[in-house]
Amino acid sequence: MKSRLLLVTALALPLVVTAEAPKVQERLLDNGLKVLVKEDHRAPIVTSQVWYKVGSSYEHGGLTGVSHLLEHMMFKGTEKLAPGEFSRIIAANGGDENAFTGRDYTAYFQTLAADRLPISFELEAQRMRFLTLPEEEFLKELEVVKEERRMRTEDDPESLAYEQFNATAYEASPYRIPVIGWASDLEDMQVADLRNWYRQWYAPNNATLVVVGDVNPEEVFALAEKHFGPLSAEPISAPKRGGDPAQRGEKRIKVKAPAKEPYLLMGYKSTAIGHAGEDWEPYALEMLSSVLDGGSSARFSRELVRGAHVAASAGASYSAFSRLPGMVLLDGIPAQGRTIEELEQALLAQIQRLRDEPVAEAELERIRNQLIAAKVYEKDSVYAQAKQIGSLETVGLGWQLMDDYVEHLNRVTPEQVQAVARKFLVPDNLTVALLEPQPLDGKESKAPNPGGHARAGH
Amino acid sequence: MRVTNRLFTLVSGLLLLVGSTLLQATPQIQTWMTPAGVPVLFVAAPDLPMLDVRIAFQAGSARDNGQSGLASLTADLLDQGAGEWDANAIAERLEAVGAEMSIEAQRDMASASLRSLTQQPALNQALETLAQVISQPRFAEADFERMRANVLTSLSRDEQDPGTLGQKAIYRRIFGDHPYAAEPSGTPDSVAALNREDLARFHARHYVARNAVVALVGAVSRPEAEAIATQLTAGLAQGEPLPPLPPVADPPTAVLESIAFPSTQTHVFTGQPGMKRTDPDYFTLYVGNHILGGSGLVSLLMEEVREKRGLSYSVYSYFLPLAERGPFIAALSTKNDQGQGAREVLMATIERFRTQGPTPEELTAAIKNITGGFPLRIAGNGKIAQYLAMIGFYGLPLDYLDRFNDRISAVTAEDIRDAFQRRIDPARFATVMVGPAVKAPAQAQP
Repeated sequence: MKSRLLLVTALALPLVVTAEAPKVQERLLDNGLKVLVKEDHRAPIVTSQVWYKVGSSYEHGGLTGVSHLLEHMMFKGTEKLAPGEFSRIIAANGGDENAFTGRDYTAYFQTLAADRLPISFELEAQRMRFLTLPEEEFLKELEVVKEERRMRTEDDPESLAYEQFNATAYEASPYRIPVIGWASDLEDMQVADLRNWYRQWYAPNNATLVVVGDVNPEEVFALAEKHFGPLSAEPISAPKRGGDPAQRGEKRIKVKAPAKEPYLLMGYKSTAIGHAGEDWEPYALEMLSSVLDGGSSARFSRELVRGAHVAASAGASYSAFSRLPGMVLLDGIPAQGRTIEELEQALLAQIQRLRDEPVAEAELERIRNQLIAAKVYEKDSVYAQAKQIGSLETVGLGWQLMDDYVEHLNRVTPEQVQAVARKFLVPDNLTVALLEPQPLDGKESKAPNPGGHARAGH
Repeated sequence: MRVTNRLFTLVSGLLLLVGSTLLQATPQIQTWMTPAGVPVLFVAAPDLPMLDVRIAFQAGSARDNGQSGLASLTADLLDQGAGEWDANAIAERLEAVGAEMSIEAQRDMASASLRSLTQQPALNQALETLAQVISQPRFAEADFERMRANVLTSLSRDEQDPGTLGQKAIYRRIFGDHPYAAEPSGTPDSVAALNREDLARFHARHYVARNAVVALVGAVSRPEAEAIATQLTAGLAQGEPLPPLPPVADPPTAVLESIAFPSTQTHVFTGQPGMKRTDPDYFTLYVGNHILGGSGLVSLLMEEVREKRGLSYSVYSYFLPLAERGPFIAALSTKNDQGQGAREVLMATIERFRTQGPTPEELTAAIKNITGGFPLRIAGNGKIAQYLAMIGFYGLPLDYLDRFNDRISAVTAEDIRDAFQRRIDPARFATVMVGPAVKAPAQAQP
């Protein structure tokens, strides 16, 4: 991080942090596996993460959820490991392990005492190429994933609304696909689907190995060569991009589900790093999102939750670092005695203000200082550092951005924030979803209350 | 070949682990009392230019004294106005220097956590804000009304989540009349009945030097740490010690509560009073539960319920050790027509473990997991600060971390079987089931 003089209102506070991070070291094995190592000697531990370039945005109708289901099956046996044995070996070595699937990646990690790294490599190399996918294990795990979907989505009204919201906002973009998959596709899933998916995407040349911790990079490279080097590469076809057509007007849906509180979701289609537009636009959108919701001093907390008290909670999020263009996402729950329409109007007024007037320099300075501090705090966790390296690399932006993005954000001006607000946060680009609570006793709502839900007391 | 635990070629220059004895210095804890009489636990961590602070008070919901939600709402209000600053000013003072603060009340403890860069003036501005917030909160009427309304919204939202409903109900069933029965956030009725004077009184009684402990981890010297702890506690009233909490009674008989809910899954919670933080059986029960349902993908409950039968995504058991006996709870969720069957598997697994104890292999694997994972527990300033606050708050010995692995390793299978037989009695478990398949008598609804 280059040190810049940052002025803070009233304090003239230059937040210049001198803890220079050791650089990431990179090695490409002959089979295409990229190995990224970052030293961190604060504690005698290491985190090892294998990131595959595959996730729900690589899927298509009929096959949704296959990436996530395959992630579950990666614990269910290889040619040399019985089902569950992977986890038992990691546990016996004091390791902490898990895996996660997103739109753009599927990742597996172990965090352990630094001298146990060879165990992690040996096991991960096994399941990179030699997964067995036994039918009887698949059938049980499919039921587990259906239970996961019931728990996370079917029985969570806000999660249901979010799923429908994405499927409405995105048309051709595979970001419309829920990571866990549609229930009907899970019903139809066959073990052969997973075998094909595994063959198609699980190979060293479609993976990144990230190691952060109390290690020597050269020794990690040698260890990686030993365990992963013998694995064969596969021809990997680049995923289709599936770009959305231009949106031609606001889209609006209602989601009815048993619930007590209404919930509002609003999204403006936008861009991401590496997509159309000026290079600075995604960074300006990141800063815009922090102006709205970058802490308790940001506009939503200050003006909507406190100030007007129209929201019990209100959020804004955006990620510049996705494989495909995403949305500037707003969400909120009305405060007691306020309607969801009032909340929507308040959020729209906030957006209008971003278009009408440049944000204050002091707001951007506060965000810059938060970013600088967050970069320091992040170093308290080897896991968080590795996750950032792995995700940047896997969405196709390159780990180098980890060191540079704060600088990109620091350069964003109030005029640029206003410019992206005017370009992307426009009514024709908007999708709105309203969760309309239905009675929890299972009876039909007698008088449907379109959109609104003013509370009568508590 | 299968991967075994044979000696792999060791990466040179790295730490060698021999058996379960870790040749790594655990954090060196320094302690002293501030002039106000508040105990301080400090670990110097010079590598990163940051400081973690935790101040814990005996100000959790166990002190609500019939006004459920009082402790929690008091904690919520602290950063909404203090001394000369309103909520906006407090937020701005912290975030302008990249500091992060949170305040929360649980059952025993209310704690304020602060993370800041150590450079000046960032650190002083953050510390000054924290000191003011814990000692001079305003409890202004408008802030009180707003925060109370938001808590009521949040409580209403809890009612649309079957897992949260079940979680709250099982505590009520396990603890009966004991203050641990209540959810820290309270109920709609109890929160609606609170007023700002209640909060001010609660603060004056509980946020005092006599009931506080300070934990500090970061890149400051001992003299700097002393000055910081003094600054943070200088504004606190001396206060009076609090009476001990009442002991937790064992429930007389098993009880089953059914809560009707229009969900696709039935949630099952079952349990009983468990153990204290300072319990003589602590390490034995901890290792035992680790095997039974505390070790994620490799626990017995996970094996029986998920791996063998595919009945649930999530299944676990835990002891939550508190000042008095906290709960032992086991839980799962499964599609509605499997609710009873899954519950039977859950209970049979607990009963079998209670009767037979762990196998030697299960015990060895658990001890290796817990002791081998010790470096992970203390990797990071944030994690160490949490340990310090816990050690200080519950009066655990200062060598708690140094002796942790030895005490885990000393647990035997017979110890576990004996402790579970003495302490765990499934015949008297409280059970809560939430879901539509449950034919609930009307009066069983909460």
